Amino acid sequence: MKKFSTEKGVVLPLNRANVDTDFIIPKQFLKSIKRTGFGPNLFDEHRYLDKGEPDADNSARPLNKEFVMNQPRYAGASVLLARENFGCGSSREHAPWALDDYGFRAILAPSFADIFFNNCFKNGLLPIVLNKAVIDDLFVEVEATEGYQLEIDLDAQVVRKPTGEEIPFEVDQFRKHCLLNGLDDIGLTLEDSAAITAFETTWRTKSPWYFTLSN
Amino acid sequence: MSSKTLYDKIWDAHLVTQRDDGTALIYIDRHLIHEVTSPQAFEGLRLAGRKPWRADANFATPDHNIPTTAAERRAGIDGILDPISKIQVTTLGDNCNEFGILEMNMNDIRQGIVHVVGPEQGATLPGMTIVCGDSHTSTHGALGALAHGIGTSEVEHVLATQCLMAKKAKNMLVRVDGELPDGVTAKDIVLAIIGKIGTAGGTGYTIEFGGDAIMALSIEGRMTVCNMAIEAGARAGLIAVDQSTIDYIKGRPFAPKGELWDQAVEAWLGLHSDKEALFDKVVELSAAEIEPQVTWGTSPEMVVSVNGSIPDPAQEQDPSRRESILQALKYMGLKGGSAIKEIKLDTIFIGSCTNSRIEDLRAAAKVVEGKKVAETIELAMVVPGSGLVKKQAEEEGLDKIFIDAGLEWREPGCSMCLAMNADQLGNGKHCASTSNRNFEGRQGFGGRTHLVSPAMAAAAAIHGHFVDVREL
Repeated sequence: MKKFSTEKGVVLPLNRANVDTDFIIPKQFLKSIKRTGFGPNLFDEHRYLDKGEPDADNSARPLNKEFVMNQPRYAGASVLLARENFGCGSSREHAPWALDDYGFRAILAPSFADIFFNNCFKNGLLPIVLNKAVIDDLFVEVEATEGYQLEIDLDAQVVRKPTGEEIPFEVDQFRKHCLLNGLDDIGLTLEDSAAITAFETTWRTKSPWYFTLSN
Repeated sequence: MSSKTLYDKIWDAHLVTQRDDGTALIYIDRHLIHEVTSPQAFEGLRLAGRKPWRADANFATPDHNIPTTAAERRAGIDGILDPISKIQVTTLGDNCNEFGILEMNMNDIRQGIVHVVGPEQGATLPGMTIVCGDSHTSTHGALGALAHGIGTSEVEHVLATQCLMAKKAKNMLVRVDGELPDGVTAKDIVLAIIGKIGTAGGTGYTIEFGGDAIMALSIEGRMTVCNMAIEAGARAGLIAVDQSTIDYIKGRPFAPKGELWDQAVEAWLGLHSDKEALFDKVVELSAAEIEPQVTWGTSPEMVVSVNGSIPDPAQEQDPSRRESILQALKYMGLKGGSAIKEIKLDTIFIGSCTNSRIEDLRAAAKVVEGKKVAETIELAMVVPGSGLVKKQAEEEGLDKIFIDAGLEWREPGCSMCLAMNADQLGNGKHCASTSNRNFEGRQGFGGRTHLVSPAMAAAAAIHGHFVDVREL
């Protein structure tokens, strides 16, 4: 997995509550059997005026100029500023894949949906929960200042504003460790193979009816 | 021993290891697989030279983007017209063959929506931990299992290790007491719950649904309720095991038999929350007060009674909520303050992992029997949840009732619930849908979804607009 230590970048403000994963990446792009290449279709139904197709040339499609992402001042953004319950709905990991593929490394919001939140950490993408009032202030500052950047320092667990002011944030210590070191979950879990085997042996004896699918 | 909730009991029984910070390895009994969220996971296994930890814990069926017309299904996978869909369905079959995983393939009569097929086959059992790369895995909680959706990285993790890395969620009890009025269904209960607690109300919780109105539901009705736990923000929803659960499972193909069955039943009947168990949050609803529900907006929490009106944004005090209402009304092409019954409909969709089981089809057929779909309805379709549901419905003559009334009778699959196949809601069209999500574009680019029960969708098909099914 990609490591995350610090990230400084332009902030894109997406002023909308309950952004669901259908909004992040519409279903037609889920037909891909790859993990990459979703960036051009991130927020597809709002970013473009026409309907996107998996094999379309996105550079030839009409852009929705009103959508915040298409404003030149936010080009190259790597920090997404969002509202409540970001990432709700479908469990599709294509949502964090699309955000990552576009270039986002961190998302700041007052709350996230559980499955999406979890999926982010598996892809080197850092979701940060901040107090609603802090998020409100950030929206005001980002919209008021062209080229507004934030620095995310995972090791120190702070978001640094251009003024140098620091906003502390909480992160699960195990997930932090995995992100800082780019650790692969499967490799870590397989270190516990003996414990899994021992559990399985006992469980099979105690509840053999869960092991009958092959019959 | 201290009192435990049902969730506590299943969690504790599956705990393999736990770190000091609470991160745990949970053993997974059943892993359900479909074609959309699994190819990258299998590819990950191959790249790392790994094999499934226990191939016989996995159970696969294609559902999301397979065609639902008999014509397109006839030639099997080769007949799928969309070349990208064809690759995905083929890839699932190839992966299952390569790794020795049981698959109910496209033309197997047992194929269908994975959340319909699992319980139907007895691959879902009480007390199991069940995961799937699909958020509606919560459905299986209706049988007293701990079941939830996972991402593709976790699909790969479960394939490789038979475990999930997780932290325990909090416990919420949603209790619905009293008697449900005639014409009000499991779908209306769960929509009313979401309307009350909101789409993030269950975030961070596992919801147990209880109370006499829940326990009076059939197992299929309980599945409808648990299915939409995720729409209330909770990854998992579950319901205690009772005699109805046992009766439902008995004799299903992968359910235990003989002596093993008796032992299993004895263990399963203990799968309920202890009387003194503590919940972090309790929400109560009165069944008698629930009316048929209709969503008007672009989030399942935007829901009111069929006799209600769309909220007027001018009346909303909270600026963020007002903005959400305005965005939803703009997308839906609706006016705040107008009556639900005035919404003109173009399309009817009866199907999805929420409402495509035999009881759902019976309820819809009862409403349309001997009547005709309104002329203003451009497309009305019924998509059974599995090949076996379809067969059962045909044996009961439901297909004829639908066809005579002017509804299309299709092959099983996810279909217009998420429109990954050709079944797409048209731009700007209003659909009365028995599915689970009314998000922007969910059922098709620019499509406008209204979530309702099967009986309500059927009644809307006949009238061309929403009517209170209790008044028919």
